[in-house]
This record gives sequence, C-alpha cells and structure tokens, in this order.
Amino acid sequence: MADATLQHDTVQHGVPGAYEAPLFGAYSKKVGMWLFLASDSLTFGALLFAFSYNRLYTIPWPTPFHAESIANATIMTACLLSSSLTMVMAVFAAQRGDRAWTRNWLLATMVFGTAFIVLHGMEWSKLIGEGLTIPGFPKPPSAATGELADISKNVPQFPATFFGLTAMHMLHVTIGVIYLGVVAFRKWFLPILGVLWIAGYLLIPADNVFHYGIHALLLGLIVGAVILYLKPKDYDAHDVEVSGLYWHFVDLVWMFIFPLVYLMSTKIQ
Amino acid sequence: MVAQDAHAHSAPQGFIRKYIFSLDHKVIGLQYFFLALTAVFVGMFLSLLMRIHMIWPGVSLPLVGEIKPETYLSLLTMHGTIMVFFVLTTAPQGGFGNYVLPIQIGAPDMAFPVLNMLSFWTTFVGFVVIIAAFFVSGGAPLHGWTGYPPLSALQSAGPGEGLGADLWITSIAIFCVASLMGALNFITTTLDLRAKGMTMMRMPLTVWSWFITAILGLLAFGVLLSAGILLLMDRNLGTSFYVPLVVVNGQVLGHKGGSPLLWQHLFWFFGHPEVYIAILPGMGVASQVLSTLARKPIFGYKAMVYAMLGIGFLGFMVWGHHMFMSGMSPYSAFAFSILTMCIGVPSAIKTFNWLGTLYKGRIRFHTPMLYAIGFVSLFVSGGLSGPFLAQPVLDIQLHDTYFVVGHFHLIMGVAAIFGIFAATYYWFPKMFGRMMNETLGRIHFFITLAGTYAIFMPMHYLGMAGQTRRYSQFTEVAYQAKLIPLQTFITVAAIITISAQIIFVINLFWSMFKGPKASDNPWEATTLEWTTTTPPPHDNFGGVTPVVYHGPYEYGVPGAPRDFVMQNDPATVSAH
Ligand code: HEM
Ligand SMILES: [Cu+2]
Repeated sequence: MADATLQHDTVQHGVPGAYEAPLFGAYSKKVGMWLFLASDSLTFGALLFAFSYNRLYTIPWPTPFHAESIANATIMTACLLSSSLTMVMAVFAAQRGDRAWTRNWLLATMVFGTAFIVLHGMEWSKLIGEGLTIPGFPKPPSAATGELADISKNVPQFPATFFGLTAMHMLHVTIGVIYLGVVAFRKWFLPILGVLWIAGYLLIPADNVFHYGIHALLLGLIVGAVILYLKPKDYDAHDVEVSGLYWHFVDLVWMFIFPLVYLMSTKIQ
Repeated sequence: MVAQDAHAHSAPQGFIRKYIFSLDHKVIGLQYFFLALTAVFVGMFLSLLMRIHMIWPGVSLPLVGEIKPETYLSLLTMHGTIMVFFVLTTAPQGGFGNYVLPIQIGAPDMAFPVLNMLSFWTTFVGFVVIIAAFFVSGGAPLHGWTGYPPLSALQSAGPGEGLGADLWITSIAIFCVASLMGALNFITTTLDLRAKGMTMMRMPLTVWSWFITAILGLLAFGVLLSAGILLLMDRNLGTSFYVPLVVVNGQVLGHKGGSPLLWQHLFWFFGHPEVYIAILPGMGVASQVLSTLARKPIFGYKAMVYAMLGIGFLGFMVWGHHMFMSGMSPYSAFAFSILTMCIGVPSAIKTFNWLGTLYKGRIRFHTPMLYAIGFVSLFVSGGLSGPFLAQPVLDIQLHDTYFVVGHFHLIMGVAAIFGIFAATYYWFPKMFGRMMNETLGRIHFFITLAGTYAIFMPMHYLGMAGQTRRYSQFTEVAYQAKLIPLQTFITVAAIITISAQIIFVINLFWSMFKGPKASDNPWEATTLEWTTTTPPPHDNFGGVTPVVYHGPYEYGVPGAPRDFVMQNDPATVSAH
C-alpha cells in the first residue's frame, strides 16, 4: 500500500474473484465517478435550462457586464484551465508512483482552485455592492442605486439566475478543493479546513453573503471526517485519477457558464 | 493494492454493525423494505381518511378530529408523496433490488457498500423530515405531490405552505441525493461485478429492470434536485424563478417575472421517468415469476430487454403530456402526443410476451404467481386509458379529473404494489428462511385484486362525469350530487381493501417466525439466488464466486434430468 502505482490488470474491481470483464476495463470507482458526473451534468443541465428559459422570455435581457467584470472572469477562467493542467500532472505523477510530486501538483491545483473561488467571491461582493442582489441576501437591495440596482428591481431573473448558477458552480469548486485536499493530505487537511472556516467566519463582515457561505467549509469538514473515518486508508493512483475526473468536470461546467452568463451579457456600446 | 476494507468478507460483529449501520446489501435491502412497509401504512391510512372525508365531510374522526378542506389537501399531498417516493421508489429498487441484484449476478456485495449504507440512511432521514411536516405549525403542505407553483412557492399561500412546505421540499431533495447514490451503485454493480459467464444477455430480467431503473433514476433525480433548490430559493430567498407578479388579498407580493411553467417542465422531466422507476422493477419481477411458475422460458427474452430499454429511452421524451392544458403550442402537443403513444408499443410487446409465457405453461398457482398475473392484469387495465389521456383533445376533458386518478392508480400505484407483493411472496423464503402461508396469501390476493378494481375502475366514470381531482367537498356541489352513490361504493371498497392488508401483515410476521422452513430452492427456479443457502451467507456464496453457463429461464428443457437447468449448472448442455 506504500506506493501509489497503478496496476490495472491485477485489480479491476477491488474484489477478489473471477468476474466478467468490466465495461471498458474501468474499475468500479471510475465507473462510479463517471456515473456521478452524468447525473451532475443533468443537475447543472436543469439549472442551465432554467437560465435559458428565463432569458428567452425576458425581453430585453439585461447585458450589464463591463470590460472589468469580463477581464476578471477571464482571469478566473485561466485559473481553472491551469488547474486542469496541474491536475493532469498530478495524475501522471501518481501513475509514476511519485508521491511527492503527486502531492505538489495536487497542491498547485488546489491553489488555482482557491484563487478561482476568491476572485469569484470578490466579484460577487463587488456586484452586490453595486446593487445586483436577490432579496434574500443580507444587504438590502435598496442600499445601492445605479444600473445594476435597477436590473435587480426590474428583471429579478437576472441576478437570480446569475447567482444561482455561479453559486452552484462555486460550491462544486469548493467541494473539489476539499476533495483534492483530503486525497493529498488526508486527515492533516481537516484542521486546515477548520482554521479557514473559523477565520473566514470571523473576518468576513456579517452583511456579506460569504459570511454565511463559508459554512460550506464546515460541512466539508464534517463529511471529510466521516469519510476518513469510514475509509482510513492511503489514497492511490486510482483515487487521484478519479478525483481528477471530478475536477475536470467542474472545469468543463465553467466553460458553459462563462460564455452563457458572462460573455453573452457583456455591455453593448 | 486496492484492498477494499469493505470487501473483506468476515461477517461484522456487534449489533450495531450487523443490523443498524450494516454494509451488507442484504441487511440494507431489508432495511429499505421495512422502511417502505412503514411508509405504505402511513400512506394507506391517509387515503382512508380522505375517502371517509369525501363521503362524510362533517364527521369527526378519532385522533384527527374533523377534516377541513385544507386538511384534505394536506392529506392528499402527503399520501401521494409518501406513496410515490417512499414506497414505490423505495421498496422495489432499494429493497428487493438491493437484496437480490448482487446475488443474482453472482457478486459478494454491491460495488460500494459504504455508499449503499449512506444511501439507505439518507432515505431514512428524508422520511423523518417529511413526516415532521405533519407536526409543525400550519401542518403539512397543500400543493399535491407535484408541488406546482405559485401555490408551492409562496409562504403565504395557505396553512401548511410555511414550514411544512419547506420540510416537504427538503425531504424531496434529500431523497434525490439518496436515490442518486443508490442508482450509481446499482449501475456500477451490474456493469462490473457479474460472475464469469453472466453476460448481459444472461442476466435475469429482474436485473435488467433494476439496472434500467437505476439509469432512469440517475438521470431524473438530478433534475428534480435542481428544481427543488430553485423552489427553495423562491420561497426563502425571494427570487422569482417560478413566480410571476402575484396579488394575494389585494396585496402585491415581491415576486416578478417568473414562470410556473418552468417548474412544470423540470418536474415532469423527472416525473414521467419516475413512473417508470416505480413500475419497471415490477415488470422484472412479473417476468421472473411468470416464467418460473409457468415452467416455461420467458417468451422473447431479448424483446423484453429491448422493450424495457425502449420504455426507458422514450420515457424521457414525453414529459409534455402532463402539460397539454398549460397553454402548450399545438405543435408541441402533437409531438408529445405521438411520442407518448409510441410507448404503447414496447408496453404491448411486454404484455404479449407475458401472455405468451403463460400460454401452454404448466402453471403453478402459488401466491407469487397470482400476484404476477394480477400485475399484468392491472398493467393492461391501467395502460388502456393511457392512449386516451395522450390525446391533447381528450385531455382537455379528462385532465385533473378522477379519470386520471383511476388511470395512474391502476398502472403505477397498485400495479407496482402488486409487483412488490409478488416479490415479497417470491423471495420471502430466501430472505427469512421460511415459507409464507399460501391460504392467507390467496385470500389476501383475491380481496386485494377485487378491491383494487372496485376502487379505481369507477373512478374513470367519475372523471368522465366531471368529478375534479383534489377536491374535498363535492357533496355540496349540485351537479356532482348524482355521483354520491358511486363515491360511497368506492369508499366502502377502500375500507375493505385496506383492512384486508392486515392479513398480509399477519402472514408476513407470523411466517417470519413460525412458517415452515424453506428449502434452498422452493420454487425450483434457475437463477443464482436459489443456488446458495437459505438465508444466504454474509458474502452470498460462502467464499466462492459462481460460474454461469446458462441463460436465466431454462425451464422445461428436453433431455435435462429435471425440468429446469440452474444457471450455474455445468453438467447440462445448454438448450438455448
Ligand atoms: C389503498 C389504496 C389507495 C386509495 C384508496 C387511494 C386514494 C387516493 C385518493 C382519494 C386520492 C386523492 C384524489 C384527489 O382528491 O385528487 C389519491 C391521490 C393520489 N394517490 Fe392514492 N390511493 C391508494 C393507493 C395509492 C398508491 C399505492 C399510490 C402509489 C403511487 C398512490 C398514489 C397517489 C398519488 C400520486 C395521488 C395524487 C396526489 C396528488 O394529487 O398530489 N395511491 N389517492
Ligand atoms: Cu407521464
């Protein structure tokens, strides 16, 4: 168990015995992840359907995003794309059996992922500050005036779909970072998560949505602890590869959200 | 290498690891079964209250008091939701699928035992949450199992639309997550853990049905999850995905610009596949039992498989037939109508194949066989009204009437329940090591069959006569007064049928402890679960992995020493 080499032929299922050859030679965990991604794409598909549905019958659909927002979102996109590259490197390293580099590449992926989340969070806060809100957010919509505030008042579908879609995606990225953290550092990752959670809760002011959103970390902490309790084992190259599938998927989803939500709502001069 | 601890097949020690947080698919299957059994009695009790209220609106009942119209709506919402999710989705798939599928394909357990356990306990939490809706202030929600907005999206829309409705949606969301975990597990297990020789086309039809059901679940529940999240946002964060500008009691609410139709699309994209999630396992069980107890190979095995695949595929393209009345363009309605009627083709293939299996069979009328035949009967009776409802023109008259209630209870509700009964009587010996009482089983069957038809057949007439669905005090509506005798008849039939279920419960629990001991293969069936001991050991086959040489339905084989050939029997040359 000490080294994380991949031995496709000796173990296909993780279960000893004689079985029919599995589909595409994939081991169970990988099939399971593919299936999860299939269902998750339907989950996102439903949200994208809700977005498109609203967008089609709301005429005119607002297009408020300035070059600044687009530039920010482009940097975020670059972060995610780079993280997919480092993820691939992590999988290669794991397949070589190189534990140190597996960990380094995973860490790099997590850093890019975190950068994405932080940039996204700042972008959210800025937009909310300018008045793009939904009624349930802590800061009342009347706090700001201007174009975005008007949009929130007249076309509530715009902020609702924007925040709904991107929140769901941000949640997936957060889960992804925690997932990679658990794979790379196992139980050592949990205290880090705990510290981040408490620090975030204390430092982010109460009128910011992330003051509440940060509890996602607590949830991740609990789930991670349960999983580590149930499966107290070293993670191997299979696990790295499977976590990579998830990460690439989250990346791919962003490639739908970025053009649909941002690029197609760019300010028309 | 990947020494999966969960697959280390020493039986777990201690009560908690063995019976509560067990990783054994057989224990988890039984847990699902008993959860569904609890749920079905809650659901049945609610329907009893509804039926009584319909005939005697003013009567004060013990425990519940007088049922007000809004209480009626709560009852029907909870009845529908509990029945659809916690009975028809839970028992056939989670219960019997979990117990039988791994054994039938020769696997020691599910592919992900931990996930399997989590999936059950998540379902359990979902059940607790929905039951909690009864006890919060305002009570259970009013919006029916379909949860249409704006009613379901506004906190102020009625009693029960406050916390009760939030709990309802939360429960559904939890259930979605649980079902996704389960579906993923079923598919992976079927793909990856089949014993040597168990090719896809040698799988019993039950395995096929659970497999296809899992695929439907995997694709459908994710959509419902999203729809539910958006509904929660509308209710609690003030967004307007589903709510247009609404005026309640002269007051303009803060919503604007949303569309209730969005919910209908998302819900029914899940909802129609859901009815196949409920019925497909029943089809599998019916095929299994008919073939076994008619001592004949199933008629058209491949046709059966392709029919189920076809039903599953088409099932995702017909959701619009629930929305003919919501202002849909006639062209879309036409397309949905044609596609819906296309499903009649694979359904008819299955029906004729079941009849073909029975034809000239040496039928053994054991209780499971009776229920399998009853299943076919209900499937046909309920199915025949489907093509009527699939006509947009006829649906104008029939939509939201008792015609629909009669239709879906026959084909989805009670047919699936008959599938569950057939499965219970059929696999009980394997699960508990004892036989159920045949006499009680037969009495239970005939009362239930007659009762079911007595309750739901007249509902078609009610519907054609204009009796609307989800309507509590029709006795005060003049034009419906003539329908009272028929309604009374239905209520009496319901009281009798529901009471008769006590026979089943007595039979179940009495046989569990006192029934005659069952042999390993009491039905002389061929599939792998009957090759192992009764009840099966922790790893199903006592340390060996079976090898499969035959298809699943080799009955009446010429030249064989017995009239059937077990799937793992190497001695006899395959006749097929
Ligand atoms: C004991 C037999 C049953 C009786 C007497 C019964 C009776 C009823 C009644 C009176 C209604 C309300 C109709 C209305 O006012 O619109 C109803 C609705 C419903 N029932 Fe049953 N039912 C039975 C079994 C089942 C089963 C086994 C299922 C499983 C699918 C089921 C699913 C539903 C659903 C989905 C609704 C619709 C609820 C809604 O409108 O939201 N029922 N039933
Ligand atoms: Cu349908």
